[in-house]
Amino acid sequence: MRLVLCLILLLPGLLCAAEVETGDAGLDAAFAQIMDSDFELKAQGIDALAATGHPKAEALLNGLFDGNLRLHRKTDRLVWAVDADGGYAITDVFSGEDLGIESSRKVRKLPINNEVRVRIQAALAALDLNSPEATRRLAAVESMLTRPDPAETAGLKARLAVETDPAVRAALEIALAVVRLGDADAEQRLDAIAALHGRLEPAVRNALQRVADADREDAVRAAASAELVRIDRENERNAMLETLFFGLSAGSVLVLAAIGLAITFGVMGVINMAHGELIMLGAYTTYLIQQAMPTLPGLSLALAIPAAFIVSGLVGIAIERGVIRFLYGRALETLLATFGISLVLQQLVRTLISPQNVPVENPEFMSGLWQINPVLSLTYNRLYIFLFSLVVFAALFVVLKKTRLGLEVRAVAQNRAMARAMGVRSERVDALTFGLGSGIAGVAGVALSQLTNVGPNLGQSYIVDSFMVVVFGGVGNLWGTLVAGLSLGVANKVLEPWSGAVLAKILVLVFIILFIQKRPRGLFPQKDRAAEV
Amino acid sequence: MAFAAKIRQLSLVMAAAGGLALSLTAQAEDTIKVGVLHSLSGTMAISETTLKDTMLMLIDEQNKKGGLLGKKLEAVVVDPASNWPLFAEKARELIAKDKVSAVFGCWTSVSRKSVLPVFEELDSLLFYPVQYEGEESSKNVFYTGAAPNQQAIPAVDYLMDKGVTRWVLAGTDYVYPRTTNKILEAYLKAKGVAAEDILINYTPFGHSDWQSIVADIKKFGSAGKKTAVVSTINGDANVPFYKELGNQGIAATDIPVVAFSVGEEELSGIDTKPLVGHLAAWNYFMSVDAPANDEFIEAWQSFIGNDKRVSNDPMEAHYIGFNMWVKAVEKAGTTDPDKVGEALIGVAVPNLTGGYSAMMPNHHITKPVLIGEIQDDGQFQVVWKTSGLVAGDAWSDFLPGSKDLISDWRAPLSCGNYNVKTAKCSGQNF
Repeated sequence: MRLVLCLILLLPGLLCAAEVETGDAGLDAAFAQIMDSDFELKAQGIDALAATGHPKAEALLNGLFDGNLRLHRKTDRLVWAVDADGGYAITDVFSGEDLGIESSRKVRKLPINNEVRVRIQAALAALDLNSPEATRRLAAVESMLTRPDPAETAGLKARLAVETDPAVRAALEIALAVVRLGDADAEQRLDAIAALHGRLEPAVRNALQRVADADREDAVRAAASAELVRIDRENERNAMLETLFFGLSAGSVLVLAAIGLAITFGVMGVINMAHGELIMLGAYTTYLIQQAMPTLPGLSLALAIPAAFIVSGLVGIAIERGVIRFLYGRALETLLATFGISLVLQQLVRTLISPQNVPVENPEFMSGLWQINPVLSLTYNRLYIFLFSLVVFAALFVVLKKTRLGLEVRAVAQNRAMARAMGVRSERVDALTFGLGSGIAGVAGVALSQLTNVGPNLGQSYIVDSFMVVVFGGVGNLWGTLVAGLSLGVANKVLEPWSGAVLAKILVLVFIILFIQKRPRGLFPQKDRAAEV
Repeated sequence: MAFAAKIRQLSLVMAAAGGLALSLTAQAEDTIKVGVLHSLSGTMAISETTLKDTMLMLIDEQNKKGGLLGKKLEAVVVDPASNWPLFAEKARELIAKDKVSAVFGCWTSVSRKSVLPVFEELDSLLFYPVQYEGEESSKNVFYTGAAPNQQAIPAVDYLMDKGVTRWVLAGTDYVYPRTTNKILEAYLKAKGVAAEDILINYTPFGHSDWQSIVADIKKFGSAGKKTAVVSTINGDANVPFYKELGNQGIAATDIPVVAFSVGEEELSGIDTKPLVGHLAAWNYFMSVDAPANDEFIEAWQSFIGNDKRVSNDPMEAHYIGFNMWVKAVEKAGTTDPDKVGEALIGVAVPNLTGGYSAMMPNHHITKPVLIGEIQDDGQFQVVWKTSGLVAGDAWSDFLPGSKDLISDWRAPLSCGNYNVKTAKCSGQNF
């Protein structure tokens, strides 16, 4: 058939000539289709390949999916291609012969599209169903459950008859119950609904919905509807938990960004418009360390935390010693001067590194998600950053409450003259306090580099939010910053699905303005003499 | 603030000097000036900086071929800094002060809308290289990017053909995504898609917290119907969006995302392994197998001095636009904007996908439409292609207000929005 097509359409030689010799008639036929440029035919070829039962079929399907299976142009041989210097190291798929290294132009990828990918996944799941490893069998059944296909029923039933692993058995029973929802016998359908009790998988819900909408028997419809009500209640609860997590994670980013400012602005009273750029410097420090050790993203991230603290802290001290100390008590001038510094720092990064965003890699443990149940999952990067923000907060709290430096910082903030009279070197304390706040900003930058774009403008997007959090929480109060940051995050995420991201931001801002009108000193006003002045 | 402005100027001079070093030597007193109006800083810099470099390369190559009308070309680069009103100021500066013969620039539609009155008032030419929402045809603008019928509509048709029945239209909150989504919504409804099967979502520029939106998409897509996301998300917000998709485990085989603003350049900042199979619709991909494309990529990588740099669709649009302008100037024998504008209509030049693109009377061009899937190396693999060229349509056939409008800038009609029902030109220039 294909040959005829080739002759009739006079397709370019490339398409028709790429016949591979595999030494197996079934495989030859399958690959004749997989080599075709038509994706429909390719998909049929996948099924044909899986049906051959060839010992290499599974490896070949995986290779097609990952793109490791390629065609050597010169010899028309199927090869395994592995990245190597100067192209790919290739070995023959069937003979295992080492064919050396070829440039990437000479080994052609076998193009696939999404439909072919789905077919490969389905074929692999069908093969895995009889895998000797229980975990793979379980994964196969679960993957089939997300895409129910009546053609798989016989295979599932056959497996259930011989399956011994309890987890796989349970999954198989669920999958078969979904199939039984379409059974001709009403008893069977009712039984299936009972078997599906307690499941949350979207595929189960969709199948039940179909039954509740269209079943012939009233009793079956009622049973399905009752089950749907229960699922929806569960889903709602999970959705609330999810929103809460999103809010806390968005809030933790706000807390991280604002907590350094809570020190420089809250404790020292300096309106530091360059705060965002100190965050940016922390993010760029992460990038530079990652560039220095590209193979160890996890370690470089860990090293970036102290490094960013030192870099931003030193820059902060330099800003304090160089500019701000001459402007204490002149808020407007401090504001303008630090705004100027922020522009200088942005331009510095643009000139020295690049005006474009730079890529910061996420280490393995920061990607992916933690599936709690079929409808609730938390992403690891957000989870770690939430925990990280709590650790940073606790560390800062301990420094301010339990150390000599913390004591001096609080003393100077409360009454500078008295502190000086007691022998506190207030200038040194000023510099260290500003350095501490700036260093924390740098640490926030490390966390942000894992979430958002690292570019010269990174800081600008956080400066307004940071001030908002500090003012809302009450100037000079660390707990206020924590509570304000987290609650603003949650408020934002609760509003977002209902009003859209743009309006949610506006609503939160309006709320804060009104709140500040009512309580000008924020959530937790400072109750000391300094605050009275 | 004066200090800040100085710093900005300094950086501009430095940026320009780097690119201009080659042509500076040739700068005799008599040159033809070409304006380059692309953001080199701010949220759009990720996309636009490359276009500035592309223009410098094209101008440099033209000069090596002996210039134009016996004169050398000189690029005048300005930085509107992703600041829309500043675009208008910089455009005025280019035309009135620097006396450029034509301007190549803008990316976002809001920046184009901002400079439009300036070009009409001072009667100069703008070549706009990016896919956009249509609903516009100005005498002074030549649209070398795709109109909706050259990108959005074919992409939706492709997905519909693949069985998609539920649609998420996600975009950045400004004029291009809003208009495109309006057209797409009307188109989908005309095709029988129910209103509850369409979810529309807008986010601000530079949005970085995508968790709840991606979770919403996931939920919307688990209702048992095949779902796809049509993304008009612009600029660097795409990086955290795709990262979140990857993190929440949304694979292209479950819910494919087809993007209209994500090309090779935008993907170069991210690990594309979790994104394999997500789609983009463009009129050009770097992976296209054509001799003209190989030549262009080689020239680009050697100009920029980095063999890892990618090429993308708006670069091709500038390549086409610049060559059209050169050809029209040669045809008209002058750089006078009016004469060049007339000469441009009907000009055809090679594109990079192995064919020719021609300038239509409505100031849009003909292009093939390609749909590509993201690969693990950050490139796209073409999975579908129109059989022929598609001519850009300025006025969408799917919006009630614009159905009856046509644009034809040739005499005697000379109108950008002629209503075929009332036989009237509204008189407005765009």
